[in-house]
Amino acid sequence: MIAFKQRWRHGWGRRVVIGVPFLFLVLFFSAPFLVVFRISVSDSIGVRFQDLLAWTDGTLTLRLKFANYLFLTSDPVYILTYMSSIGFAGLNTIICLIIGYPFAYFMARSPAAWRPALLMLVSLPFWTSYLLRVYAWKGLLDDDGIINNLLLWLHLIDTPIRMMHTARSMMVGMVYTYLPFMILPVYANLVKMDTRLLEAAADLGAGPLTTFWRVTVPLSMPGIIAGSMLVLIPSIGEYVIPELLGGPSTLMIGRVLWDEFFRNVDWSMASAVAVSMVVLILIPLAVFNHYQTRGAGRSGGA
Amino acid sequence: MNSVFGRVWLAFGYAFLYIPIATLIVFSFNESRMVTLWGGFSTHWYHEILHDAELIDAFLTSLKIALMTATASVVLGTMAAFALVRYRSFFGRTVFVAHINAPLVVPEVITGLSLLLFFVACEKAFGMFSERGIVTIWIGHTSICTCYAAVVIQSRLLTMDKSLEEAAMDLGCQPLQVFLLVTLPLIMQSLVSAWLLTFTISLDDVVTSSFLNGPGVSTLPIVIFARARLGLNPTVNAVATLSVVVVSIGVLAGSLWMARNERRRAQEQAAAYREGMQGIELGISKAGA
Amino acid sequence: MQPNAAGDANFLRVERLTKRFDEVTAVDEVTLSIARGEIFALLGSSGSGKSTLLRMLAGFEAPDSGSIFLQGVEISGLRPYDRPINMMFQSYALFPHLTVTENIAFGLKRHGLPRARIAEQVERMLTLVQLKPCARRKPHQLSGGQQQRVALARSLALEPKLLLLDEPLAALDRKLREQTQFELSNIIKRVGVTCVMVTHDQEEAMTMADRMAVMSSGQVLQVGRPNEIYETPNCRFVADFIGNVNLFDGTLEEDETDHCIVATPHGRFYIGHGITGVLGQSLTVALRPEKIELQIEPPADTSVNCLHGRVAERAYFGASSLYRIQLDTGMRLQVSVPNTERHSGLMAVGSEVYATCAPDSMVVLTQ
Repeated sequence: MIAFKQRWRHGWGRRVVIGVPFLFLVLFFSAPFLVVFRISVSDSIGVRFQDLLAWTDGTLTLRLKFANYLFLTSDPVYILTYMSSIGFAGLNTIICLIIGYPFAYFMARSPAAWRPALLMLVSLPFWTSYLLRVYAWKGLLDDDGIINNLLLWLHLIDTPIRMMHTARSMMVGMVYTYLPFMILPVYANLVKMDTRLLEAAADLGAGPLTTFWRVTVPLSMPGIIAGSMLVLIPSIGEYVIPELLGGPSTLMIGRVLWDEFFRNVDWSMASAVAVSMVVLILIPLAVFNHYQTRGAGRSGGA
Repeated sequence: MNSVFGRVWLAFGYAFLYIPIATLIVFSFNESRMVTLWGGFSTHWYHEILHDAELIDAFLTSLKIALMTATASVVLGTMAAFALVRYRSFFGRTVFVAHINAPLVVPEVITGLSLLLFFVACEKAFGMFSERGIVTIWIGHTSICTCYAAVVIQSRLLTMDKSLEEAAMDLGCQPLQVFLLVTLPLIMQSLVSAWLLTFTISLDDVVTSSFLNGPGVSTLPIVIFARARLGLNPTVNAVATLSVVVVSIGVLAGSLWMARNERRRAQEQAAAYREGMQGIELGISKAGA
Repeated sequence: MQPNAAGDANFLRVERLTKRFDEVTAVDEVTLSIARGEIFALLGSSGSGKSTLLRMLAGFEAPDSGSIFLQGVEISGLRPYDRPINMMFQSYALFPHLTVTENIAFGLKRHGLPRARIAEQVERMLTLVQLKPCARRKPHQLSGGQQQRVALARSLALEPKLLLLDEPLAALDRKLREQTQFELSNIIKRVGVTCVMVTHDQEEAMTMADRMAVMSSGQVLQVGRPNEIYETPNCRFVADFIGNVNLFDGTLEEDETDHCIVATPHGRFYIGHGITGVLGQSLTVALRPEKIELQIEPPADTSVNCLHGRVAERAYFGASSLYRIQLDTGMRLQVSVPNTERHSGLMAVGSEVYATCAPDSMVVLTQ
């Protein structure tokens, strides 16, 4: 009897379909990281790892310059900046949730005829260039920006209020940019929710507030998590908004990296920062993912 | 909880979203150079940008790159999505999945930086990528956008009825034919969505483009960013208005088209159901008579 | 139903076919022979392995061991698109972006037939399933019954050697199902194609199939004609799975060539044939509800084939009534009585009854 698995060998087509994108991403996503790591532990730009090894007098030496990493850990600025980035990102997520969840909720509860239009009105900012939208806030918040000019014209103030280049202005820009990213997943989740569950809750004696907290919110949890991830993760590494709207008090790791690279031209330092960042982002995510799939496996097997 | 409070919240929310955009548009028609002080109605900024060589060059470059990126991303993304959904187990699947998810998570400053250093290192070692410009930016955009495309297409592939592909095979299609004749038409809408998404991402990208461009090559966002950093600039307002108008037309057209399709489909299904019911009733009455 | 058409009795032969998924053995060393032109049903509940077996015939699953022979040729290694077998899917799997005509022509085009031939064949198929007016419609413009007919036409268009049906009537509502059962088997008989169908619905299997196999946990328990399986089940599981049955466990008391007697706690049963067993061995007597007669007066001989009890429940089905009799021993006996007279008195709940049966109405099961 011929073994059947052998006869059904997978064709070349399968190998191409997996291989081509895999190769592309390995070449242009992971390989660069290895290069970055190599640069961060040496003095020069190079792609050959052999340069780190030296063979002299019968001794094999591996030369790794860890000075950059030591500098990272010793200088509090980097740690502070990273913490600050997470802090701002977290704050951004929370504010987006507070504004966005009710927004999505009311969208989902509005008459069915209105919903496509409401959805479209939220998608429009989503599709518009975020650079332009952030620039709009510059125009609004500047010392001689629209808001200040309006208040001066109405004689409500005598001198312009300082709004730009502060943590507040940056947060406004962040929330403004990321709000659609929170609204859309939560809306998608809420609109698919089975309203009969709400009817069942009411039938069993729950008032509107109880129904909301004990039925609606838990059921929309996947949407909340999706939205939060879409806001939190990109916010940590955000560069444009801190640069245009933020100031010296808003330490964000994106700006630090950019400045390190473009201004100081210290490439190996920038590389070290980059590698630490990747490690600090990917590890918590891998852990999160691990628990996510474990939980899904447990509840999914019915 | 419903009516009044809800409507007020929505109203304020939409106002928050749209007032900044509205100010952009309004002040693009401002006579004076001062973006924020109204000096009278004028369209001369639009004339300005039409003669602004730097801006137009940058726009064409961005457009070229975006078209190339979107197309490449959708092709690679479709392959990746297909591999993820249809091939349940293969050697290195976990690593593959990680490669599809990681670019979505790692900040652009990092991917941009690492790719640039990679290109520089390649230049030193192999002499490749010495000229940085459209090709390098395109590669950078594609490596990120492929993952976005894969996610969009993957979700559609998951909901697609697998038995359709089996039926095609049963009727004599080889695997490639199955894909071209059955799968592709059915996921076409998600391919279009993915294309538009990646096109937009590439067109708007600032960070990766800044790292990967070379002397003489600029994209529109790079130019705008440079001008915005210096201060408020009415030409930026004009560009913004045009951009908003184009996007609005696109989003509006897309929404209307989808809504019309949905409605037509629902009508046809209802008609078919009614016909089926009548047929049964006729069958019963005939049997009775 | 109809007797098998004269022809190769081993038109399709499955030998010791096995398929495992991780720890579970879905199909366990199944061996079957199916004759040319017959409609063969695989009947079982979910998890019995019937669908996996069907998918292996179609080519969507590779067996772990065993072979499939079609007209003597081993096809187990062939991919679905190389097999002269076509399948009608449970969900119909009609291509939503193609019209009815294009759906039916799909397979014909893949096999490179000339245009004229394809058009001709599509015409024939449309006429066969009576869907000519719907030729230009798309699947979502059709009702459930119409979609099914398109699916059937599409799978018959290539004139396959073997037709596979996956739960053909499951997606239809009740009224449509009854109508379709006959239409479907008529069309298949008219075309003359050998057919294997999978179903969990006994009625479907028994009305449509010439022969059927009862499956459970990956194994075939019994193969035979519907009436054989119903009237002569070979084990408890089959007796219980098909229709309703009353089962009495007991021991062999007497065993002669022309009769045997089985003693059970509920009564003694006189069966009109011998079973060549060992006196004292454990047996089960199976008795179908419709084979039992109920009477108020005690019968002449109450020593065998007579059970006494009270009517505990009665369900009225219009054409018949199903009684549940609480026997003196506590067991519930199911009795099905046809309502042959319009105003005959139905036995009231609580009334005392005697249940009797004929010597040849019972089956003795040793498993």
